[in-house]
Amino acid sequence: MTTDLIGHFGRFGGRFVPEALIGALEELSLAHQEALTDPTFQVELMELHRTYTGRPSIITEAKRFAEYCGGARIFLKREDLNHTGSHKINNVLGQALLTKRMGKERIIAETGAGQHGVASATAAALLGLECVVYMGEEDTKRQALNVARMKLLGAEVIPVTTGSRTLKDAINEAMRDWVTNVATTHYLLGTVAGPDPFPTMVRDFHKIIGDESRTQMLELIGRLPNAVLACVGGGSNAIGIFYAFLNDQSVRLIGLEAGGAGVETGKHAATIVGGTPGVLHGTRTYVLQDDDGQTRESHSISAGLDYPGVGPEHAYLHEVGRAEYQAITDDEAMEAFSLLSKSEGIIPAIETAHALAGAMKIGKEMGDESALLINLSGRGDKDVQTAAQYFGIPL
Amino acid sequence: MSLLEESFDLARAENRALLIGYLPAGFPTLDRSISAIKAMIEGGVDVIEVGLPYSDPVMDGPVIQRASETALNNGFTTRDVFKVVATSPVPTLVMSYWNPIERFGVEEFAQELRKVGGEGVITPDLTIEESQSWISSTDKERLHRVYVVAPSTKDSRLTEVSARCSGFIYAASLMGVTGARTDISSAAQALVERIKKVSKTPVCVGLGVSTGAQAREIAKYADGVIVGSAFIKMILESNSESEANLKVKSLATELAAAVRR
Repeated sequence: MTTDLIGHFGRFGGRFVPEALIGALEELSLAHQEALTDPTFQVELMELHRTYTGRPSIITEAKRFAEYCGGARIFLKREDLNHTGSHKINNVLGQALLTKRMGKERIIAETGAGQHGVASATAAALLGLECVVYMGEEDTKRQALNVARMKLLGAEVIPVTTGSRTLKDAINEAMRDWVTNVATTHYLLGTVAGPDPFPTMVRDFHKIIGDESRTQMLELIGRLPNAVLACVGGGSNAIGIFYAFLNDQSVRLIGLEAGGAGVETGKHAATIVGGTPGVLHGTRTYVLQDDDGQTRESHSISAGLDYPGVGPEHAYLHEVGRAEYQAITDDEAMEAFSLLSKSEGIIPAIETAHALAGAMKIGKEMGDESALLINLSGRGDKDVQTAAQYFGIPL
Repeated sequence: MSLLEESFDLARAENRALLIGYLPAGFPTLDRSISAIKAMIEGGVDVIEVGLPYSDPVMDGPVIQRASETALNNGFTTRDVFKVVATSPVPTLVMSYWNPIERFGVEEFAQELRKVGGEGVITPDLTIEESQSWISSTDKERLHRVYVVAPSTKDSRLTEVSARCSGFIYAASLMGVTGARTDISSAAQALVERIKKVSKTPVCVGLGVSTGAQAREIAKYADGVIVGSAFIKMILESNSESEANLKVKSLATELAAAVRR
């Protein structure tokens, strides 16, 4: 869906970076293009997915949860069953293989909740790469368990103490490291944001989710789903499952953003619903910003959606009307989190719970004849502490 | 000929490099940034670069990050940058990340800057591919357009970027972010030599330059020397406005002497 050679999606995307990085982005772009058509690379990646990630991931029909969704049939694409517990591994293995292909030995990554950091540290351990993860100091405190996990996997975790000390600042710090060490280092960006080729490349590594799902749905119910739903922070799991359905005009594509305390309160991370077009972290997209173009802090109960930008392809899909974006509040997400846990025995990531809350609304709207496919992008083990606190369960 | 171009000519006639000093607008307050710039000029800085504080400065090290945060916390708004430029008696450019310019309105930004006598803009994260509206707006307002190139920039790209620069070309002395370094790498000289092969536009070297000795080295091969973080440090390390301005002026004096060949 990239509409030109330098990574634009309509008026979104592109490259807004220091010249120092242009060479590395061009090198990466070329490596990605070559890998796409290189059978050896594709075989190696697919073999890793089969024997390490655990692909293809299954689809579970959630019959009891469907009762909360107006009786619509609910199908869960189980990315939570992947090794490391989320869809993140798809992209990380792809980029780690590209890193080796480019002859680089060090990867850096940013992380908010720690999922992408853990996945990066995992891939680095598997492929023998040095790994440094930047994480906002606030997040290292909120997600101490994941910090320990990354260290156990052999990665170095650097707490970021500038700005709001969260994901946005971790990305800034990773970019600074990259500008300095670009000759030896690959920046393993964790979502479909950032300068070209990241939005396209990360999407290409995640589109396996939609490719598998589309085939699986045809096998399961003999037709396509009426709607595909996914949560959107940067938007990698959403673009991954949407992509295979882009040309199926009968299929509604619905992205659920983090509405925090409510978009009207200003305390949210719903970038498309509540933001404006701008430039952040190297790409033109929707941004939470003030009248002067200064980035505003985002708020969400889910650290993985707590980001004031969004992938440029989502900005484009929103603008042309191919995908719809809605905001789900913290409370709505936590209700869905609890309902899925109790009705299906699946504890979802709080990020994913936003998509489930979306299904409860859309299911009621579309009725019991409809089939909804939801990307169950991650498992909720990492969120036990946050959820226990939210529901008042003593630890 | 623009005031900036006249400054380069004058410096050349005096057999020295131009000294360019950077300070963010609104740091630590709007008034103090204006008085600190005055102190820089009294000490012998030829050209001023006024930084536009931004929430996500990926090309900047800890010192400028901290200064930008302070300015923003003290209520800096984009319009303040024009107030600062308006008070400067020497050729003055703005250095800004792209989003605040785009948010202000590309054409409007160029018009306002021209109105207050600005000479041009340095855009560290704007690539030539994304520059269509910027090129037409700056051409229309006769503003200099300065892009930053790096040691990693390939020759073919140097040619293309240099061709779109006017006033001067900003050569980053090293691979990295802004902030004082103890050594200036040999990469800077090699980069300047490569640029000189493809462009007649003056080349100024910045990133990491903080001492007279470093400025002296760079002045041997570049048309200008850019110093930023070192001035901010003087302000951060002072207890009062007068102390800060004295230190700023004294650093400017040291650097101004050093750029004479």
